[in-house]
Amino acid sequence: MSGQSPEIDTAKINTAVAQATAPANDTPLLRVEGVSKKFGDFRAVDRLSLDIKAGEFFALLGPSGCGKTTLLRMLAGFETPDEGRILLGGRDIAPVLPHERPVNMMFQNYALFPHLSVRDNIAFGLKRAGMAGAAIDTRVGEMVALVKLEGMEKRRPDQLSGGQKQRVALARSLARRPKVLLLDEPLAALDKKLRESTQLELMELQRRLGMTFIVVTHDQEEAMTMANRIGVMDAGRLEQVATPRDLYEAPASRWVAQFVGDVNLFDGEVTSQEDHRLTIATRDGGSIVVAEPRDLIGKTMVSVAIRPEKVRLSRRDPASDAGTLQAVNRLEGVVTDVSYLGGSTVYKIKLDSGAVVRSSIANTARLDIDTLSAGRRVVAWFTPDDCMVLEK
Amino acid sequence: MSARRIFAQPARYAAIAPYLWMVLFFLVPFGFVLKISLSQTAIAQPPYVPVFDFSEGWATINAAFAQLSFDNFRLLISDSLYISSYLRSVVVAVTSTLILLLIGYPIAYGMARLPQRWQPIAMMLVIVPFWTSFLIRIYAWINILQHDGLLNKILLALHLVSSPVVWLSTDTAMYLGIVYSYLPFMILPLYATLSKMDPSLLEAASDLGSSPLQAFWLVTFPLSLPGVGAGALLCFIPIIGEFVIPDLLAGSGSMMIGQTLWLEFFTNKDWPVAAAAAVALLVLLVPPLLLYDRLQRRTLEGAK
Repeated sequence: MSGQSPEIDTAKINTAVAQATAPANDTPLLRVEGVSKKFGDFRAVDRLSLDIKAGEFFALLGPSGCGKTTLLRMLAGFETPDEGRILLGGRDIAPVLPHERPVNMMFQNYALFPHLSVRDNIAFGLKRAGMAGAAIDTRVGEMVALVKLEGMEKRRPDQLSGGQKQRVALARSLARRPKVLLLDEPLAALDKKLRESTQLELMELQRRLGMTFIVVTHDQEEAMTMANRIGVMDAGRLEQVATPRDLYEAPASRWVAQFVGDVNLFDGEVTSQEDHRLTIATRDGGSIVVAEPRDLIGKTMVSVAIRPEKVRLSRRDPASDAGTLQAVNRLEGVVTDVSYLGGSTVYKIKLDSGAVVRSSIANTARLDIDTLSAGRRVVAWFTPDDCMVLEK
Repeated sequence: MSARRIFAQPARYAAIAPYLWMVLFFLVPFGFVLKISLSQTAIAQPPYVPVFDFSEGWATINAAFAQLSFDNFRLLISDSLYISSYLRSVVVAVTSTLILLLIGYPIAYGMARLPQRWQPIAMMLVIVPFWTSFLIRIYAWINILQHDGLLNKILLALHLVSSPVVWLSTDTAMYLGIVYSYLPFMILPLYATLSKMDPSLLEAASDLGSSPLQAFWLVTFPLSLPGVGAGALLCFIPIIGEFVIPDLLAGSGSMMIGQTLWLEFFTNKDWPVAAAAAVALLVLLVPPLLLYDRLQRRTLEGAK
């Protein structure tokens, strides 16, 4: 999209949306029930269950090889589940062939037909649906306007930039107005700046169209930016399904905590519990007090997790300068590494126990005379509310 | 002199090599043939006049030039023998190419769809016949097709025919020989385009509502057209000048241009007419050759 604003034109979208899908209610639009897929001895997807509501923007997040693309391909119909059922609007879609499913996919490499123009690529699915010529022209016009590709209709894919190809692929997959749009790493081939603006466009588009989007990505920032809910996958299973905030602030496991964002982990055992205050004896961080409503007394294999931006640093003891009467956890150590990242600075502190704690501090002032340098002895501290207890 | 320049110089000269090759082994011999085609036949050694003799000075060379004429080309147009053998060559080449496409495309498509590890083996099977001399393979066909040959024996044994069928010295035998010999030239370029096609394009077609047959006609086939063009021309061009196969397998009723050429040259010892026929054949082949070149270039650009 050379020289043009990448923003989506909302007026055109409104005209493009003739029928929005039904508003979200409690019955899931898509239900995955105990689905497995094996390739030889390898279980790509392992007895996975998942409900997705109409109008949701759902992200499947996971490292490469976790089975997220296989799950998406089963939804599209390119792979058949070995076990389990996939229900769309309450109907089992196992016997429905890919070309008959009310689901469309946007491919990772876009898979644009190189011998067809932008217009013919977008019209491809409409012609197969037996739409009349005039209706096709109207719909293609709407789609071209939707993705802001006016004037490019006659171009071939090899005459387009990466961002333009992405838009054609999106327009082509939206043209048939599918009930569910599947997006396989839709932004992976774009550079960082374009990726960020396109993320916002996709969100805007999904909201306007009221369509259900399922996006597969390995980029947690992308998933958190765009999705209402995220399913984190590992080794063919869903580790956790949650909103971006819950995923980050209340991860279900050590694995999720480490996969989504950065985290400091202290392994230890629960020694006492009173009034939602848990004391955990950790190997590397001594005794840590944690706010925890669950009854975990007697648990021996737990971890205390603290996100780096919740670890604050002080030159002196925080009891005097924090100004709180709340009990805080204090860890003493020496700054070993300072990474300036622009918006924030990440400090690595080597504790007296030998363990390393990371602290991320927002750079709220342009000039900071109080900055900490390597070799400086500091107190790293955090409140019990900022700690999470992970059992697995 | 910097290291880069030292290495750059031989590279620059290397680029001349193909042109030098063309001049030495194509343009110069073609010049000779063209000159002979404009000469007159004579009972002499060599069997034509005039002969350029550069030792006698400019006057004789100018006189020799004056003797050149287009008489042989006029003969080619006026004598129906030449026109009919040209036409037969074109008909045989077009028919064979179509048969080759019909047989070669499914084979190439099947090869491209094989599991990755089987593809090199299939490729070998296509190429293996090249390891045996072409002539021996054509003679083997004679053996199979003759009166008491393998084919007739099998047909008789199966009671499909009551008496031996005449296969040899028919157009059927010739087409069989041509299709058999040129099939690899059709399969390989087709396989090359079909195997590098992105399988996600077919998935996209299916996702957008195409049945497998529609996906083939709307996506696979149009995208394989460069391979179809390359294979067709790679077969059509040599088949038009084919001599051995029609000479050994076809009847003597009508001749292809290659056979006419041979006849003029060796039986009639009429070098000038043979040369004129050769030049005319070359001119006939220029349009398809240019087409092939353009297709190749477009494929290269498409690959970028």
